[in-house]
Amino acid sequence: MAAKPLEARVHYRLDAAIIGLYGDIDAFAKDALNAAYAEAENKNPPTILLDCGGVDYINSIGIALIVSLLAQARKSGRRLLACGLSDHYLEIFQITRLADFITIFPNETSALQGL
Amino acid sequence: MTVLRNFWQTLIGRGDHEPPVTPVPAADRSASHRAAAPALTSLDIAPNDPLVAYFQGVPSVAEIDRLHLDSPALRVLKAARVKLAVPLVSQGELIGLLNLGPRLSEQDYSADDRALLNNLATQAVPAVRVAQLVRQQQAEAIARERIEQELRVAQLIQQTLLPKEAPVLAGWQMAAYYQPAQAVGGDFYDFIFFPDGRLGLVIGDVSDKGVPAALVMATTRSILRGAAQHLVSPGQVLERVNELLCPDMPPHMFVTCLYAILDPASGRLQYANAGHDLPYRQATGHVTELRATGMPLGLMSGMRYEEKETLLAPGETVLFYSDGLVEAHSPERAMFGFPRLMRLVGEHPGGVALIDFLRRALAEFTGPDSEQEDDVTLVILERSASPLPSVEGREGGEVWRTLAEFALPSVPGNEREAMEQVAQAVLKLNLPRARLDRLKTAVAEATMNAMEHGNKYRPELPVLIRVRTSDTALSVRITDQGGDQPIPDSETPDLEAKLAGRQSPRGWGLFLIKNMVDEMQVTSDATHHTVELIFYGEGDTHGRQTA
Repeated sequence: MAAKPLEARVHYRLDAAIIGLYGDIDAFAKDALNAAYAEAENKNPPTILLDCGGVDYINSIGIALIVSLLAQARKSGRRLLACGLSDHYLEIFQITRLADFITIFPNETSALQGL
Repeated sequence: MTVLRNFWQTLIGRGDHEPPVTPVPAADRSASHRAAAPALTSLDIAPNDPLVAYFQGVPSVAEIDRLHLDSPALRVLKAARVKLAVPLVSQGELIGLLNLGPRLSEQDYSADDRALLNNLATQAVPAVRVAQLVRQQQAEAIARERIEQELRVAQLIQQTLLPKEAPVLAGWQMAAYYQPAQAVGGDFYDFIFFPDGRLGLVIGDVSDKGVPAALVMATTRSILRGAAQHLVSPGQVLERVNELLCPDMPPHMFVTCLYAILDPASGRLQYANAGHDLPYRQATGHVTELRATGMPLGLMSGMRYEEKETLLAPGETVLFYSDGLVEAHSPERAMFGFPRLMRLVGEHPGGVALIDFLRRALAEFTGPDSEQEDDVTLVILERSASPLPSVEGREGGEVWRTLAEFALPSVPGNEREAMEQVAQAVLKLNLPRARLDRLKTAVAEATMNAMEHGNKYRPELPVLIRVRTSDTALSVRITDQGGDQPIPDSETPDLEAKLAGRQSPRGWGLFLIKNMVDEMQVTSDATHHTVELIFYGEGDTHGRQTA
């Protein structure tokens, strides 16, 4: 499994901005992730969903990047959701307690159902 | 018999090795007349002088006063009051002239005289030609002998000054190979022993061949040995050598030179480089250059030499070499080149056997009939392979099998490579998916820590990874070169504090590792820092995971 630089694409559905993530969330992902988050905030959505269905690898620096996004979201009163995590990264979100602050859904549809 | 007042034999110059021509005096030359004519002892006629073409076209006696050519040689003959010139032509080539001044009787030369001279010339030509060839051969033989003598001197200087054998150091293997070219290039290498046990390694190349190169090599070697005794830093040593060499360096000559100091106890290698080919460091198939910048010695004073250092781990090899290897040509005139050398070094397991491997590769590349173009020098430094630092108490009673052992340069992103290689190594253990994922994350995080904190992301410092299994456990040891640095206390990450900005968002690595593995052990010695990740059997794993 070769390293895959992160690509992030933003779209909007209902009241949510959805950031589709593809590739690795590691030190190299910082710019792409932050740019996508800034773009997602443009329309001032109350909810931002990180769709991690295309993510193969998250390391500790990737976790730190997500912590920073979460801090920004909380500051501006937005809810941060995540979906598409593999069982392993779901476990890591639980161990790090990110799952206490980011509600996690299996997929985009289930995440948007409750909005 | 016509009495000749002056008689010279003038030979045409035939190149640098032509002996000077001795004038042949006339048998009855009188002192009174000798004073009247300017002496014409020898005359070199340029091959493009019109006189040459004239005599080759008209090979018979000519009256000099009647010739009107724009010829420097003709002007000299006229000034010397030569009356007749008899060309000596051999196989269409003008090889000499018989020049005659006025007759003693002051009468003109008769038709008989001319016929006689033409006959004389015809008979003299073969003898003159033979004499010329003999002299030419003698001159060439002398020149050849002089060149061979010079080569013997150059070889003697080099062979006397090059080390007779490679140093013997506990825990290290060293070997050197030196093959001079026919013309003897300026390659040299040297080992300098210091009282504290450190070892200086020198490899260099003078930009010329033969005796001049050998003399500059000998001078450089002496100056460097002297400077090395007084200065500790390799960069300062090269700086000093450069300052001393510059004033006396012959024009258009310079010396490339790499100077390294090895501390055999720790494996620390400090080095500086004055424009020499970069050594290759080989660690389990990964090859990196030991790069440090600096101008060749003897070109310009006031130069500074960048100094670098690295730690050589057990099993690692460094190859020092000269350009005679990389600049060798194949019969098709392709160059051996750095990429080929780097690839070959990577393909070989390393150690002193690399010398024979490269020699064979070079011989194969240049072909059987090639003449060696330049000196070839190879010096190998290998730290003997030894087990990674052992972790107390974990070895007892267990039989461990090594599944994989490899090294990775400390380059951001290489933790992915570590993760994949370990996953590959444990493939046959058929670990459950969840366990494999935890192993991979733990390996990636520990490798990142080793590259970042232990090795400061210096690519030349490798992270060593060994994967072992026993009947009851799986162990991955990840070793960096940061043993002399204290292990930073890791703060347990507190997400609330991070979200509130009271803690850095980072700092998850060690926390993740501890949560992924059943047991983690950390050990350090003077040079290494090892994290061992341990996974027990399946039942145990679950028991500890939830603890």
